[in-house]
Amino acid sequence: MGTDYLGGQFTAACLSVGTSSFADFLATSAPGLLPGAMVAAAAGPGAQTAARPAPDLPHGTTIVAMDFGGGVIMAGDRRSTAGSMIAQRDIEKVFRSDDFSCVGIAGVAGIGLEFVRLFQLELEHYEKLEGRTLSLDGKANRLAAFVRGNIGGAMQGLVVVPLFAGYDEDTGKGRIFSYDVGGGPYEERRFHAIGSGSVFAHGSLKKLYTEDMAEADAITVGMHALYDAADDDSATGGPDLTRRIYPVVAVVTGDGFRQLTDDEAGEYAQAVVTERMQSPSGPIAPLRQGAASKSGASKRGASNSGASNSGA
Amino acid sequence: MSMPFYVSPEQAMKDKADYARKGIARGRNSVVVTYDEGILFVAPNPSSALHKVSEIYDRIAFAAVGRYNEYENLRVAGVRFADTRGYQYAREDVTARGLANWYAQVLGSIFTESNKPYEVEIVVAEVGDSQDADQMYRITFDGSVADEHGFVAMGGQAEQVAGVLKERFAAGLPIAGALGTAIAALSSQGNGERGEINASQLEVAVLARGRAHRSFRRIRGARLEELLGEARSGAADGGKPAAADGGKPGGDGKDAADGGPGGAEGEPSPGDGTAP
Repeated sequence: MGTDYLGGQFTAACLSVGTSSFADFLATSAPGLLPGAMVAAAAGPGAQTAARPAPDLPHGTTIVAMDFGGGVIMAGDRRSTAGSMIAQRDIEKVFRSDDFSCVGIAGVAGIGLEFVRLFQLELEHYEKLEGRTLSLDGKANRLAAFVRGNIGGAMQGLVVVPLFAGYDEDTGKGRIFSYDVGGGPYEERRFHAIGSGSVFAHGSLKKLYTEDMAEADAITVGMHALYDAADDDSATGGPDLTRRIYPVVAVVTGDGFRQLTDDEAGEYAQAVVTERMQSPSGPIAPLRQGAASKSGASKRGASNSGASNSGA
Repeated sequence: MSMPFYVSPEQAMKDKADYARKGIARGRNSVVVTYDEGILFVAPNPSSALHKVSEIYDRIAFAAVGRYNEYENLRVAGVRFADTRGYQYAREDVTARGLANWYAQVLGSIFTESNKPYEVEIVVAEVGDSQDADQMYRITFDGSVADEHGFVAMGGQAEQVAGVLKERFAAGLPIAGALGTAIAALSSQGNGERGEINASQLEVAVLARGRAHRSFRRIRGARLEELLGEARSGAADGGKPAAADGGKPGGDGKDAADGGPGGAEGEPSPGDGTAP
């Protein structure tokens, strides 16, 4: 088990002058509690050269995020896999990190969940000590430091990559940040996807995304993207209508964080599945820009979207 | 090297206790009152940035009187303790009882081991599922803990204030009623303040029952004015209109917590002139 941190040394650390970072506090006063500490301890010095790929630990898969007119949405499928087996059908990989942001994880699920817990606490701890919340950039940078801190684990195959999105209260806009094992953050415009099914989700998002969508449209686009990911990636789970397991969908706007209830998410998932019964490949993007003008969104799309989207 | 004079342990402890009591008595009193939907904290505090009442954890808050730098240190320590606990185990494993015991040990050892005791008195409160399940612990400078029910008063004139609370408190009061009770108790100190307390001089916060995640909320601005209005019109003591003169924070200069960053300023009494 471990120490119950009630001892004199820990109390002295609590009373000492320090920073407002919970992770920094743990690193000096209770390093054994940090995620990845076990990995480092088990490996021992010099073990990295002899590192083998990690055994078949459960991996989380696809997360998509989109900036829409009023904020951001993030959606994640519910499958985790261990090798070729399904480890869990209803894992949650998208979380509230604080009132105005959310975080999704792909990679080794166990370490990812610990990351999220520490990140949530880091934001809350700062807020409680300082009496104000971190800026969105500040939050994104803190997460980058956590990811970078796991680089030793990543080299041993314990890769975790988060996706972070939030509503920037200063500018009134939604923003998305991605990471790699070396850290980050890399700010993404419009949309992004991570995880094993991200390639397919990306393709889907490219064709379906338009700027300034309504919230409901953004959620539907997210559902389609996850459906496309599940369609072609065996590690991503589609909506499970028989068991009523649907993607987790988080919406962050000026009103704060909201996670769709199972019933709400179920309605969107059901609609997407019904549509796919008619056309299994999903909505068809218009071939020529002119043809799309009836949708009303293409003018903006044509003027703002980069080269990646103009071939649609 | 000169030999120190012999001082009997009894005398040493008594001196320390007198010193701490005197320091605490210089500041003003604060009260914590339970109401039908939570726990209400009311502290006279002209500063809107340097708090006497703060969040510790999901259902736990902290209120203090005395020397600002000392209780601020205790507050930060409490947040670190609670967050570490919750991270190590689970969020529901952080309890007011555990925190109060820890504070008692901390304050107790500071009192016995250091030359200068902390000049603080704190309350740790946890909102429960019902008013009966609310918990409040009052911890004094020497580490003694009292388990309180319904209401608590802190500060130099705690007994007088608690006397008024005892008379007026009833279980199941709505928030405005509880605020009225708290203000009546705080104005009873004979400082000639009766009826003059306005929103800019008060720090008010609640632990709201049944709220998801974090139940601590500060009440200020228009919401506080509104509640004060309700409390005044509902209170038996004569519904005086709120003196909405928008007094500058710190305008009456009585209550400290206005030292600069890191200011180790205590709470000078009115016109006492002992503040650094």
